[in-house]
Amino acid sequence: MKLAIQTKDFSFTYPKTKEATLKGINIPIYANKVTALIGPSGCGKSTLLRSCNRIHDVYPGNSYDGEILLYDNNGEKAENILQYKKENDLINLRQRIGMIFQKPTPFPMSIKDNITYGLKLSGIKNKTELLDRTEIALKGAALWEEVKDRLNNSAMGLSGGQQQRLCIARAVALKPQVLLFDEPTSALDPISTASIEALISELKNELTVLIVTHNMQQASRISDYTGFMYLGDLVEYDVTETIFLNPKEKKTEDYITGRFG
Amino acid sequence: MNRLLLNKIVITLSTLAALMGISFLLWILVTLSIRGYHSIDWHIFTTDLVNNGLRNVIIGQFILAGIATVIGVPVGMMAGIYLREYGINSKFAMIVRNLSDVMMSAPSIVIGIFVYGIFVVPFGGFNGWAGVIALAILMIPIVVSTTDSMLSLVPQELREAGIALGASKAQVIYKIVLSAAKIGLITGVLLAFARVIGETAPLLFTSANNNFFSFGLSNQYPSLTVSIYHLALFPSQTSQNLAWAGSAILTLLVLFINLITRFIFKPRKQK
Repeated sequence: MKLAIQTKDFSFTYPKTKEATLKGINIPIYANKVTALIGPSGCGKSTLLRSCNRIHDVYPGNSYDGEILLYDNNGEKAENILQYKKENDLINLRQRIGMIFQKPTPFPMSIKDNITYGLKLSGIKNKTELLDRTEIALKGAALWEEVKDRLNNSAMGLSGGQQQRLCIARAVALKPQVLLFDEPTSALDPISTASIEALISELKNELTVLIVTHNMQQASRISDYTGFMYLGDLVEYDVTETIFLNPKEKKTEDYITGRFG
Repeated sequence: MNRLLLNKIVITLSTLAALMGISFLLWILVTLSIRGYHSIDWHIFTTDLVNNGLRNVIIGQFILAGIATVIGVPVGMMAGIYLREYGINSKFAMIVRNLSDVMMSAPSIVIGIFVYGIFVVPFGGFNGWAGVIALAILMIPIVVSTTDSMLSLVPQELREAGIALGASKAQVIYKIVLSAAKIGLITGVLLAFARVIGETAPLLFTSANNNFFSFGLSNQYPSLTVSIYHLALFPSQTSQNLAWAGSAILTLLVLFINLITRFIFKPRKQK
């Protein structure tokens, strides 16, 4: 199996805190699979996710330790993304690793411009190509049928679920290798949640998904691998079925059976 | 019973207080409207102060406030963007933010005298540019403060979403954050404009006044507010009527600008 990301003894410390939030994490993220991170609030799962595209760097004073290796499309050559220092390297990284947030974050512009924004940043100027990629991205996010007649309307007029699919389309348009989802459905109703989950399962044909979720049913429904985190440690990592049916660690079992957390 | 009585007393007192506030405002508006109505005619808008009209001073006021806006808004907005997006909570940003707040409540006459000292005395006399600078100085802290607070309303996730798509910080600020805060920023500019267009004190010792139509900002420059001040003191019925007309026009202008800002801001509140 091909690797997409592999962390090696990865530790992370927020500014002005003494103790590390993540302590020596080793987790493989396999290509074209969905990997879910579960665990109680404050266990560090979002911190780990947000390290993978270095979005922490928006705020000063964090410290990274260890390695996060990002593999190329063939799963052979790897680069340690923690070594990137220049803004240009980080921009390239973020075009290879997209991110979807908890709350939908459409930009205050038209539906079409939301998609073309990232494409233009990546250097595409040709109008036909921009339009084609927009259509492909919206179709990929199962949104095309709903918005094709109003591409020039403001994205703020869409429903919450549509906005979230627009954000996915926006990220997919850049053809990233990996998509990071940070509790993407916790602000959505059950129907929108179902459509986002179906979308994630389809997306893994083209890319790798790493998702943080509070919802254990969601993790068991959509993921191939699951990591259970607690107090900054990766307690257990395995095939999703094993984690949910035969966990090796007592802590994992207690958490998934709802005895704590 | 006691509680009910207390309740009634408090309601009566606060209603009376509210009525008192409103009645003064209405009194001013009614007096201005009546006096102004009797004094305003087309003659006022077609002739200059020298012929007992207000044309040159109204246009002069707009030109002074307009140029002050052109100078003050970019400076104030850039400073506001620095405070919210780059400085955030650094010590320097905190100091600048506090100083700007202090400046906002600085008496406008003090700013007038300051500009008199550095732009009137060294240049040998009253001039329009000095008036423009005084108004701009008055405007900058208002724009800084509204920009700062409007940008703070833009959710942090929106900035992160831009960064996560591979935009640089500057691209995120100028393309996404500013456009998300657009309505608030426009409102801030309009309110700052409304504030300076009614100012007299900063103009009194800087641009002074001029009886004739003028585009020459390096000489004494006509303005409505300073004219009202001089006309009202002048012992002649014609002058005082003209002062009433000017006051009514000025009040309507400020009222109108404030109403526009309300109108612009409304759709956002409904969301």
